[in-house]
Amino acid sequence: MRTFLIRRLLAAIPLIIFVTFFTKAMLVLSPGNFLDELRLKPNISHDYLERMEQKYHLDSRNVFERYWYWLKPAMRGDLGDSFVTAAPVTALIGNRLLNTLMLTGAALIFSWALAIPLGVLAGVYRNRWVDKLCSFISFFGLSIPSVFFSLLLILFAAKTGWFPAGGIHDQINWDYMNGWQRFMATLWHLVLPTIVLGTLGMAQYMRQMRSEMIETLSQDYIRTARAKGLSQRRIIFRHALGNAINPLVTLFGLSLAYLLAGALLTEYIFAWPGLGSLVYEALRDKDEPLVMAAVTMLVVMLVIGNLIADLLLAIIDPRIRLE
Amino acid sequence: MADRRTLEEARREEAAERALEAQPIVMERAPGEAVVETLPTAAPDRVAAVDETTLPRPARGRSPSQIIWMKLRRNRTAMLGLCILIALYLAAVLAGFIAPYKYDDADHELPFHPPMFARIHFFDEQGKLSRPFVYGIAPVAGEHAVYNEDRTKRYPLRLFIKGSPYHILWLIRSDVHLFGVDQPGRFFLFGADIVGQDIFSRILYGAQVSLSIGILGILISMIIGMIVGGIAGYFGGVTDFLLMRGVEALLAVPSLYFILIMRQMFGTGLSSMQLYLIIVIILAFNGWATEARVIRGMVLSLKEQEYVLAARALGFTDTRIIIRHILPNTLSFVIVTATLSVPFYILGEVALSFLGVGIQEPEASWGNMLSAAQSPRYLSDFPWMLASGVFIFIAVMAWNFLGDGLRDATDPRTLSE
Repeated sequence: MRTFLIRRLLAAIPLIIFVTFFTKAMLVLSPGNFLDELRLKPNISHDYLERMEQKYHLDSRNVFERYWYWLKPAMRGDLGDSFVTAAPVTALIGNRLLNTLMLTGAALIFSWALAIPLGVLAGVYRNRWVDKLCSFISFFGLSIPSVFFSLLLILFAAKTGWFPAGGIHDQINWDYMNGWQRFMATLWHLVLPTIVLGTLGMAQYMRQMRSEMIETLSQDYIRTARAKGLSQRRIIFRHALGNAINPLVTLFGLSLAYLLAGALLTEYIFAWPGLGSLVYEALRDKDEPLVMAAVTMLVVMLVIGNLIADLLLAIIDPRIRLE
Repeated sequence: MADRRTLEEARREEAAERALEAQPIVMERAPGEAVVETLPTAAPDRVAAVDETTLPRPARGRSPSQIIWMKLRRNRTAMLGLCILIALYLAAVLAGFIAPYKYDDADHELPFHPPMFARIHFFDEQGKLSRPFVYGIAPVAGEHAVYNEDRTKRYPLRLFIKGSPYHILWLIRSDVHLFGVDQPGRFFLFGADIVGQDIFSRILYGAQVSLSIGILGILISMIIGMIVGGIAGYFGGVTDFLLMRGVEALLAVPSLYFILIMRQMFGTGLSSMQLYLIIVIILAFNGWATEARVIRGMVLSLKEQEYVLAARALGFTDTRIIIRHILPNTLSFVIVTATLSVPFYILGEVALSFLGVGIQEPEASWGNMLSAAQSPRYLSDFPWMLASGVFIFIAVMAWNFLGDGLRDATDPRTLSE
């Protein structure tokens, strides 16, 4: 177990280096830098610009050199200050990271909570109306573009006024709310983005769950259980479900990257202040330290997520041993 | 460690197999182990043998591609997908002819004019049946984007009407449009956008961009994927290790972040043609890794087959063996994955254009048309701005239908059905 963890974390290092280097390279190679816009403003002193340029080596076009200037302090845990706000990037990212975790977590819960029961139902009542309905839902979920879906939901929210059209909480009343009200307000804002982000995953999991269920139910040991006279409910929940669910956990690990990519668009559309919209804004402003830090966090999150998926799989599937 | 599968490997293999789902290709095989199953096109003689024993008499002598086509034709959703796709791509090619206006033909007096398909009249004022016509448009004074029908002017809908000149595939020049109304009347089938451009026409022109990016993107990434996968699988060893670690790193980054960061490199202020090419390149660069990994797995098993040994014994070069003998055998699988991944490219363009770093106005693409509908106020007042979203949905669904059908059709396990 410990060797497994250590090995996995060591294996993550080249990945982090690859991704951050790629990001840095793209940023260095892109035309212009953060200072271009400041140069146009008359109230910014020439001295300041020079100092910034010196401090961040913005004049250097050597990718390796620039990467090294980022990596050296980063290895000590210093990810630098944002160009735009001059605050340490870690302070800027912390909250955003939590928001993204909240959104993706909610989306995961949404997709699992719907996909497993529906998938089981569809698998058990194969080719009946439940199955047809489920296959319709999953085709819909797989095909609807998240951008379009979000806009439809915002349209729905704007027409009915039942849900907020964007943001993470009420800006005006937030200061006067107690803890419970704040929680409810955030939850309320979370509903639509969660539906958008969770739908694709739900469709995939549901399909997978259905086919796993069908396959498991055709196995010999299920027939044995039937022959023993066990009830249908006991067969499905005690005997079939546990085995059918394994591949879903594998799929969960693989879908993390998709989930985070989808979160970027969803956050942007719903004005959700998460990591995705942060990266988008930072890229637009050419705020290099912020982009780098956010991307690093992203990869770390992915590595941890995959690790959790593997551990989960080892817990529920006794055939798998971690080494 | 060498002979025990670690969790990671098990997971990876299982995942790849899941991705293949119905494709019974054994991903990694120790040299010398027997090759059990291949795709129908992989070994024609084997498929023929299956034919003779299991298929009913009339099927005898059919080629694998005929069998696939036969099975595909029986799949109703797949055929529906295929028909929709043919219609959509045809409409994109003939956009100039079908669209009554050019994509940037704006009437600044008529922003957000509502769709007119409900305002086509078949009866005149006396209640007599006449040829379909629309009334003139009368903006309500002092109000933004509110319009009445101007009953004094009638514009009959005409077929094959003369209008602005256009090209079809850079070849045919014409100015005859499928339908439209005479000047100065305006006919907004799906309504107008913020500057009074016809949304229906823009959807057709946008289809040219959005749909062709799908095809072009998948072609490029398939070529890269086949080259890299072929090399990694055929040569193995250090080459394989290095290439595959690179592929895994690429796959680990969430695609949209990757795409946005890469887009950053090209900066702004580009012409529309440059932007188009850049989007294709970025999407293809992001997409090839998936294909490369799976093709490598197939090549690993194919290279152990006798015909490769025979080719080697004949003294063919490695390049020739890979290109002429191994890669063609992965083709049926490649076509299935390609079909299933086209939506990724279409949606990639939509995402980029939606985020404002893709195709720019006045050029039309399905993504930037949706982007124009972003604000909640516009959305609730002028919901027809979402029309392009419906088309994205239809196109993605059609590709998924066709891809699923193809996957089932190429599945050797269903060959006997």
